[in-house]
Amino acid sequence: MHALEVNHLTKTYANGVEALKNISLNVEEGDFFAFLGPNGAGKSTLIGIISSLVNASSGEVRVFGTSVQQQRSKAMSYIGLVPQELNFNQFEKPLEIIVNQAGYYGINRKVAHERAEKYLRQLQLWDKHDKISRLLSGGMKRRLMIARAMVNEPRLLILDEPTAGVDIEIRRSMWEFIRQINANGTTVILTTHYLEEAEELCRNIAIIDRGEIIQNSDMKSLLSSLDIETFVLDLREPLPEVPQIDGMEFKLRDPFTLEASVPKQKSLNTLFCALENAGVQVLSMRNKANRLEELFLRLVEKGAMV
Amino acid sequence: MNARVNWVGYKTIVHKEVTRILRIWPQTVVPPAITMTLYFIIFGNLIGRRIGDMGGFDYMQFIVPGLIMMSVITNSYGNMVSSFFGAKFGRHIEELLISPLPNWIILAGYVTGALLRGLMVGLVVMLISLLFTRVEILHPLITLSVLLMTSIVFAMAGMVNAIFANKFDDIAIIPTFILTPLTYLGGVFYSIDLLPDFWQKVSAFNPILYMVNGFRYGILGVSDVKIAYAYMIMGGFGLALAIICLWLLHRGTGLRS
Repeated sequence: MHALEVNHLTKTYANGVEALKNISLNVEEGDFFAFLGPNGAGKSTLIGIISSLVNASSGEVRVFGTSVQQQRSKAMSYIGLVPQELNFNQFEKPLEIIVNQAGYYGINRKVAHERAEKYLRQLQLWDKHDKISRLLSGGMKRRLMIARAMVNEPRLLILDEPTAGVDIEIRRSMWEFIRQINANGTTVILTTHYLEEAEELCRNIAIIDRGEIIQNSDMKSLLSSLDIETFVLDLREPLPEVPQIDGMEFKLRDPFTLEASVPKQKSLNTLFCALENAGVQVLSMRNKANRLEELFLRLVEKGAMV
Repeated sequence: MNARVNWVGYKTIVHKEVTRILRIWPQTVVPPAITMTLYFIIFGNLIGRRIGDMGGFDYMQFIVPGLIMMSVITNSYGNMVSSFFGAKFGRHIEELLISPLPNWIILAGYVTGALLRGLMVGLVVMLISLLFTRVEILHPLITLSVLLMTSIVFAMAGMVNAIFANKFDDIAIIPTFILTPLTYLGGVFYSIDLLPDFWQKVSAFNPILYMVNGFRYGILGVSDVKIAYAYMIMGGFGLALAIICLWLLHRGTGLRS
């Protein structure tokens, strides 16, 4: 069974903005799925419709076979949502927020307290359970929303930019937590601006741009379709002009920094031999962007030119 | 299964509302207590002594039901409008909107919260009134039923206001320009027998007049209106507002895009 089925979904807002244009996609049960797209692409609208916060103009969304439009209550019982914006009462305490959320899913207070403690501990927030939430740091507030989304132990966890503004150490611990949740059988849908995050965590991906899905495939085959990789080379000596080497493209950022775009079928040895022959000495090298980022930019730029 | 989820969900909303009311008790319980004490001292004691009897009772006794009802109306309405709009403004209403709870449970939970605040404040005002006069309840069932129905009607009216409100100013307009004038002109401080014919007829269009008089009948046994009319008006408004609230929640007006 699909964890999520989106069929011919459209959304036109009252101001005439067409946020989604006939989108269809499926997410398999147990998957770790990424929705990627530039700002305003329609990702949050799609998540809003799945979680019933936004009414679809037409089309249907099914969660584990249950229509969000026809059987909202049942469909919602499967979902846990971590929204992009903070949406808890900042004058309440974390424990209170999570226990109340559990109550809305019919979980009695005793079980709710046990689960709240479990998830607050797992997300390293237990020592703050009795503090006013407004006083928590940005990263803690985001973790609190994850703990809140987990309290009904959802079959489908939707995370809309969960790590935005979170430092790298906390981000990595959050990744580990979410990865574990997925390993335990929960289907996870993630939107993120950190493409490294999507590449690290997700198995399947849909790229949305201007309300349309421009790519929907598994991460591996998507990444293998990347035919050119760009490297940034730091040079020992200043380079007066861009070297000319067959089959490769170069761009000089400054006299000491060279960008080299290398087709995937060519080995890096070819690059270094050619540079050696041209008298260019390389001190260090790094990827210009991660692979997914490079693909993402290419797909979105292609879409923009159409 | 659904009944259990709904019951736990309902209890949770009520628990959350009561916790909020008690947490901010200096804003919820103390102000009406102070205001009503001043009403009792100024209107009941100082001015009331010069007015003499009204409806066969001394003036202080006459205004007790009206002042209790006034507190219940403003607090039931105020609780709903501020709590629901606050949740909408702070976006934590989304916690409920994404849950499996049906709209009628959300409505019932918030209405119960507003009702409890209305009753809490009504009880405080009643206790304060005992410092100034003797209060005996002649018809307890009528008193209680009018109190509950009035509180429920104004709680639901508060929800409609909160749903359409976009900013905090919008939740102050109706209490200031509609609710307060209608309450003052609803026979809290006088019997409409004192008014000229024309204004008596105009007053008959004020629904609060029926609620205040229904409650006064329950406590003192006197009323300017037929008690059956009071029940019909409260029932009619209650039903209409329940339908409007559920329809607005179903459409997601002001809540879902």
